[in-house]
Amino acid sequence: MSALRPLDKLPGLNAATILLVGTEDALLQQLADSMLKEDCTSELNVHLARALPLPCSVNRPRIDLIVFVVNLHSKHSLQNVEESLCHLDAAFFLGKVTFLATGAGRDSHCSVHRNTVVKLAHTYRSPLLFCDLEVEDFRASMAQRLVRLLQICAGHVPGVSALNLLSLLRGSENPSLEDL
Amino acid sequence: MDETLAEFFRRTILKIPMTEMMTVLKTWNFLSENQLQTVNFRQRKESIVQDLVLLCEENRASLNDAAHLDIIYTQFHRHQKIWDVFQMSKGPGDDIDLFDMEQFKSSFKKILQRALKNVTVSFKDAEENSVWIRIAWGTQYKKPNQYKPAYVVYYSQTPYAFTSSSQLKSNLPLLGQALTVASKHHHIVKMDLRSRYLDSLKAIVFKQYNQSFETHNSTTSLQERSLGLDINMNSRIIHENKVEKERVQRVTQEIFGDYPQPRLEFAQYKLETKFKSDLNGGILAEREEPLRCLVKFSSPHLLEALKSLAPAGIADVPLSPLLTCIPNKGKNYFKIRDK
Repeated sequence: MSALRPLDKLPGLNAATILLVGTEDALLQQLADSMLKEDCTSELNVHLARALPLPCSVNRPRIDLIVFVVNLHSKHSLQNVEESLCHLDAAFFLGKVTFLATGAGRDSHCSVHRNTVVKLAHTYRSPLLFCDLEVEDFRASMAQRLVRLLQICAGHVPGVSALNLLSLLRGSENPSLEDL
Repeated sequence: MDETLAEFFRRTILKIPMTEMMTVLKTWNFLSENQLQTVNFRQRKESIVQDLVLLCEENRASLNDAAHLDIIYTQFHRHQKIWDVFQMSKGPGDDIDLFDMEQFKSSFKKILQRALKNVTVSFKDAEENSVWIRIAWGTQYKKPNQYKPAYVVYYSQTPYAFTSSSQLKSNLPLLGQALTVASKHHHIVKMDLRSRYLDSLKAIVFKQYNQSFETHNSTTSLQERSLGLDINMNSRIIHENKVEKERVQRVTQEIFGDYPQPRLEFAQYKLETKFKSDLNGGILAEREEPLRCLVKFSSPHLLEALKSLAPAGIADVPLSPLLTCIPNKGKNYFKIRDK
């Protein structure tokens, strides 16, 4: 099972594929459903995986965006994401990887510190999004945001590429993080 | 009827929720149909209770009748009490005697009355050869306190008895002794099993929880059943780890089975161990006192929660045997010591 590479397959016509990676299947499922409810000119495909590496499959379309979902309530989910990151080709980290942290709303249940995920995202030079996936409204707006990101990463938005995304999203980060 | 008895009736009937009032009174079967029809059940509850107490007085109700009503109320509301489980055993050379319910009851009552002059003991037969016993404790000098009774449910064809945790713990040895002697056993031991759900405790102790009835659905394979759930899902969502998911489902099913789990609210693990260190010396290495640790899992339905941990992705299979052995071993209190 080789590492996933971003450009080793041809793109499908008007197709955009997102891969959600996380331990909690129910959350991923709900997010996937919300995303597919969005109106979108591209044909969306959502793949759900518990961890990387993925099982061998010839039929899998080219993956345009990978979202790693970390549940701040569970160290197990963080560990799972950290282990999966090793199986990813470095080229993916040019804008095609995003981290999503859920569960920050219920502070008393959090066993993973917010800063841990911030550092992780910073190490891999990728954007970090926070969203309580269990709340339907937050999930719907995050789904909208992810669909837009996906369209950009699949090249369906003229003038903006995945690489542009990196610099565009970094602007909203706290500048002091550069010192970490 | 004296005042204290009337008050006891009043308070016992007042506890019964209005939705269950008719059912409980009919089960009690002390007041006749005609008498019940004379009561206006549309008044305020206090007035209804007042009328019912007057009817009880007319019928010359005794303390025993009140105790019966209390037992019936508790049978309807058994979840309000926490139940312990006791297991009795006979001596090595004992013959198997035929069980005589009446003899058990009179023997049990005599033992308690001999030890404590003031004690109220009432019995009610129930299903599966079981008997519900209500005991109101007093002392040599004080009348029994009717408002803090202990309940025992004894299944006569088995060595098991379930008791509600009474606040008066000092009477527990006497209760144990009375049960043991009256049922012709030699030894009684308290099991490490406790829950609010008497029926679940019964299922665990009598090993009745793992009966799954063969229905049409259960004969379909796991594959088909999990695919059945997929029909509702969007076909544009693809699970990469289908094989892994199925494995988790299969292992979970092997461990927990297909049947609904008995209901427990917590599991408690007490660990006691001496500190072990690879380094020579160190502050803790010389400590004689063992280190103690307590871990408690609580849930409205603990075993179902444990069963859903792996499929939800929160834990890996197989789960720790300390968690999965709970119904098999009939324990939810564990003490883990150094070997």
